Amino acid sequence: MLADVSVDLADGTTALVGPSGAGKSTLLRLLNRLADADAGVVRYRGRDVRDYDVLALRREVALVPQLPALLPTTVEENVGYGPALCGHGADVAAALELAGLDRAFAPRRAQQLSVGEQQRVMLARALALGPRVLLLDEPTAALDAQARDAVERTLLSLRARLSAALIIVTHDMAQAGRLADRLVILEHGRVREPGEALTA
Amino acid sequence: MSAAIHPSLGQVAATLALVVIAALISAWQRADLERDIGIATIRSFIQLTAIGFVIKLILDENRLVFVVALIAAMVLFGAFTARRRARRVPNAFWPLLVALAVAGISTLALVVALGVFKAQARYLVPVGGMVIGNAMTAAAVALNRLGDDVAGAAPEIEATLALGATTGQAMRPIIRRSLRSGMIPLIDSTKTTGLIFFPGTMVGMLLAGAAPIDAVRLQLILLYVLLGSVSLAALTAVLLAHRSFFTPAHQLRELPHPAV
Repeated sequence: MLADVSVDLADGTTALVGPSGAGKSTLLRLLNRLADADAGVVRYRGRDVRDYDVLALRREVALVPQLPALLPTTVEENVGYGPALCGHGADVAAALELAGLDRAFAPRRAQQLSVGEQQRVMLARALALGPRVLLLDEPTAALDAQARDAVERTLLSLRARLSAALIIVTHDMAQAGRLADRLVILEHGRVREPGEALTA
Repeated sequence: MSAAIHPSLGQVAATLALVVIAALISAWQRADLERDIGIATIRSFIQLTAIGFVIKLILDENRLVFVVALIAAMVLFGAFTARRRARRVPNAFWPLLVALAVAGISTLALVVALGVFKAQARYLVPVGGMVIGNAMTAAAVALNRLGDDVAGAAPEIEATLALGATTGQAMRPIIRRSLRSGMIPLIDSTKTTGLIFFPGTMVGMLLAGAAPIDAVRLQLILLYVLLGSVSLAALTAVLLAHRSFFTPAHQLRELPHPAV
């Protein structure tokens, strides 16, 4: 899927842009270790990702998949799921608020929400882990224009409020420009040009 | 039990009339099952006759080593057969083999230890065959469901793994559903036994002239034994097989496409 990709993803917000099939999602999966590279090395903070405890790495480098895939339970239990795995409680209200959802959503059944709301619960679920890096795979692909604008506003506010680095996969160059400090363009599994600095 | 019946080959042949009815229905309605009905009839005759001679030999000898060999062969054949129904589960043979062996050995050991049956070929062979046959069906159904659910819920499983869940944590709901699928048919048939259908053992004993209460008690013993063995088989198969979908780093492997 990916060949000769050599990129440094720094702090701040990076957009991975390219047509579908370019290997953007694959790159996120390598960073979160849902998959491993057949060849080559993926480093996080200078160390091969395979040298980290995989479960701890996934909590630190959290991935929000393209399509909502929530547990068939309440919003609150979904948001608390990640922290509960390692025996912690979660500040569900704070995570929901960061993801742009009112805390009144907490007791609702996740699967009865709209796709846009479910996508925000997915975001809140990742934020509840307190990640250092947040990987977002096409966060607005399943949304209409209005919902997309709202999610973009949420992501911009996250960028301002969180110290976490954001890596956003999108096929929409204009969106990448609106959201990111820097741009990495992937095409046919290769980086077309090195990340160019954008004036945010 | 002394008034045993001795069906002649002629009587067996006479019942082929009902097989002919089945074939005629199939032909008339173009269900295209005549060939399968024929194969099923011939195979059942050959297989049961052969196993009848094997069992006769084992009962005449009454040596435990023959019993163990026969049960081992049933476990092996059962695992091969069940594997075909669990095509979506990678390397399903080994979990099935272990599941059938665990179910067979532990239930037989338990009924002998509890004094329900004596450790003799005439008890262990038929009970073992029944236990392994039912365990095979339950384990195959459970793994079939496991494979379908993993294929259908891959995005949910990966989304959970991405939050730092282990393979076992991510698979917990699917393991639960697979286990239920494997166990529910037997539980349901146990619930309705005597009302909607007469189970085979009871029918056999009544035909052979046993007292109804004896037939009922033996049937109950076997139903309860089967509940235990079927649960053990489904649990063992699912717990062993679910790991084959994942790498040691808690990554979902690319799923094999079921052979058509």
